[in-house]
Amino acid sequence: MIGFISGLFGLRRGPWEIVATIIIAVGVVMLMQPFVMWAFTYSFITTLVGTVLFIVVSHFRE
Amino acid sequence: MSNGSAKLHSPKAGKTVKGLSDKAIAWLFVGPTVFLLLAINIFPLLWTVYLSFTNYKANRPNREIKYIGFRNYERILNDADIWLNMQATAHFLIWTIVLQVLIGFTLAWLINKKFRGNDLWTTIIVLPMMLSPAVVGNFWTFFYQPQIGLFNYVVSFFTGVDPSSFEMLGSVSLAPWAIVIVDTWMWTPFVMLICLAGLRSIPDYIYEAAEIDRASKWRQFWTITVPMVLPFLMLAVLFRGIENFKMFDLVVQLTGGGPGSTTELASINLKREAFEKWRTGYSSAFAIILFVTVFGLASIYVKALNKVKNR
Repeated sequence: MIGFISGLFGLRRGPWEIVATIIIAVGVVMLMQPFVMWAFTYSFITTLVGTVLFIVVSHFRE
Repeated sequence: MSNGSAKLHSPKAGKTVKGLSDKAIAWLFVGPTVFLLLAINIFPLLWTVYLSFTNYKANRPNREIKYIGFRNYERILNDADIWLNMQATAHFLIWTIVLQVLIGFTLAWLINKKFRGNDLWTTIIVLPMMLSPAVVGNFWTFFYQPQIGLFNYVVSFFTGVDPSSFEMLGSVSLAPWAIVIVDTWMWTPFVMLICLAGLRSIPDYIYEAAEIDRASKWRQFWTITVPMVLPFLMLAVLFRGIENFKMFDLVVQLTGGGPGSTTELASINLKREAFEKWRTGYSSAFAIILFVTVFGLASIYVKALNKVKNR
């Protein structure tokens, strides 16, 4: 956990990719879930932020 | 030798090509492909992004195009019907992938055993994949007929239910499963073929070493077969996932999105908005939402695939 947090502060690819992946996954679940409308409303912006973050952090150092 | 070819082989032509740097020659070869990629993929994508912020209607090309900001996105993401479409898409996507992976892997595992008629069975199993979705949709519509359909009679034979008492394509609760069954029937062979390639790539000596270590068949399956087939399986899931996310032809042929909108997948609604209601700006925004979703999912999936391959 400490390694993960220090990786985040040190702008390392691994931990940031995990963060971006989680955001994308949450966005897709929000888009397709059948429970609450507000989650569907905010799903696109969540997925977009995750995807852009994923593209940016994939250029970070290992 | 003709005049043209004489020109090609003239010392002058050779000299011109010789004068080009390696980089220039590389661009000469890659250039047409890059141009086509830009013209066919990148430009339409950027144009769609632009249109998604406008009120453009393709059936009224002379009307003034107004910039309306994020209003199209706002409308889509607050539309309960689109929310239902996304749920129908999720149901279709999840169940087709689960069933295709389970059945496809099992079939590949069975076909990989050496038995008589192995090749014949492989050919028979692969047949549905070779048919056109329009043909498959058409004859499954007949299969699902409550009075004359084979499907209802098979179900009736095994369960004792009256064949005319249920209608697969007309019932709100059964129609989503009807399209899942047809897609699974058609595309399981594809998953099977990819799994079969994975199974056949496992060298025999690994199993022999496991036998010497007295590993049980069950242990061999979970520690050798599954990990070594996993990259292939993940590739199959990626292909089927992307393909089913934009599934259109088969479902239109079977149900046309009905009854009501229970089987109206996102792509069917997108086509209606774009080419029946002619709301081009609105449908462009919807297309961008779907694109970002598939792109995001594919990115993390490819990353996971590379990780599994490197392991």
